[in-house]
Amino acid sequence: MEPYKFDVNNYRNLLKKYIASQDETSLYQAEQFSKLSMQHNISPEEIINVHIQALKELYPDLPVEIDSSMNFLLETMISYGLAYQEFQTLREKQGELESEISIAANMQQTLLSTTIPDIVGLDIGAISVPSHQMNGDYYHFVTDESNNLGIAIADVIGKGIPAALAMSMIKYSLDSFPETMRNPSVILENLNRVVEQNVDTSMFITMFYGLFNPETGSLQFSSAGHEPGFYYCADKDQFFEMTTKGLVLGVSDQATYEQFDITMESDDMVVLLTDGVTECRIGERFIDTEEVLEVIRKYMHLPAQEAVELVYRHFERLQDFQLRDDFTLIFLKK
Amino acid sequence: MITKSSVQIRKEWDIVGARQMGRNLAKELGFGTVDQARITTAISELARNIYLYADKGKVAYEKIEDMNKKGLRIVASDQGPGIHDLSKVMEDGFSTSGGLGAGLPGVKRLMDCFDIVSEPGMGTTITTIKWVR
Repeated sequence: MEPYKFDVNNYRNLLKKYIASQDETSLYQAEQFSKLSMQHNISPEEIINVHIQALKELYPDLPVEIDSSMNFLLETMISYGLAYQEFQTLREKQGELESEISIAANMQQTLLSTTIPDIVGLDIGAISVPSHQMNGDYYHFVTDESNNLGIAIADVIGKGIPAALAMSMIKYSLDSFPETMRNPSVILENLNRVVEQNVDTSMFITMFYGLFNPETGSLQFSSAGHEPGFYYCADKDQFFEMTTKGLVLGVSDQATYEQFDITMESDDMVVLLTDGVTECRIGERFIDTEEVLEVIRKYMHLPAQEAVELVYRHFERLQDFQLRDDFTLIFLKK
Repeated sequence: MITKSSVQIRKEWDIVGARQMGRNLAKELGFGTVDQARITTAISELARNIYLYADKGKVAYEKIEDMNKKGLRIVASDQGPGIHDLSKVMEDGFSTSGGLGAGLPGVKRLMDCFDIVSEPGMGTTITTIKWVR
């Protein structure tokens, strides 16, 4: 078959052949013609015009009624042609927006990046994967001169770019707090005021903040309405929910955050997560806590980083590789 | 040589009159069938805007015939409320009437030249030209 050019001759020959034989080959070529026309931004009314011209050449005695009816069709298609052109323009615009968002997502990654510190006696694994391009989850590690480890994990209720912007603010507030301010409940109280004053009331942030002392194995923590973590006690071979009390950030400037603590013994583990893990959906059903813990148990003997990645792979597969929410998981293994 | 004529737009029926005059002039100038249809569609949009948003105004036509090229200039003008945000109405996908592809961006696509001057409270003048190919 020959290549197609958008011209009347080509179309006329094709039409003639089809009218004579009504063969599938001509129809297939018509399809090619149609696709090629779209590639060249040929609008529907122009195709109809070509059709009219071809018809007149093939049938010079074309009844005047048919001629008029073809003109009528041409007029009718003008608006479709316009809508098609508009669609093309909007599609280009969409492409531009997508590339801008991907630049923003890269920038966010750079802004919010944190490195997992080396703490003697503590194996740390962390993973955070956005469901779309921008991540509304956030985690951060910070150490002080006596090697205490501060751990933050947060989730903006709301997704996309606004959530990501709010997270940048959280990160810079945390960075700006003096190093002497390490008390989880004080940190959350301060962050709460920052969020309350600077973020739209429709946006809430949940956050867990912990301070780990490697000397004593103590983990002090407070939570602002964040998804509860789990403490695995090796001695009892059991998981315990780390129940806390505290309002999500940004609701009331009077909020206070109770502080709790646990002491981690050898082989104990703390699991911190966001609701992207616990509210993972299989079909219409939410996964339950027991199932999450079973998966965690399956991998927790591995080095922490490897383990969180494998847990993530497990849930990713379970959800057909389409995360419905940002997914963040941290293991702290003693 | 310049020939001028115009149609007043007061009621919906006048849109048809505006189309008819535009089509006749386009035919006289030797526009092909597709361009005739495009010109009349553009006139429809312009006249409809006057009818819907300005209550009254007019669509004026000028045949442009000089040595090198021939064309039709269409000027739609009204003394209506004017347009506050011109870049907004020229944006694709923005339409107060909810139409697809139509509106002023549609007119711009249908014609070769497009210009709009509008002052809130003073009215709007849209000038467009289509050249005979």
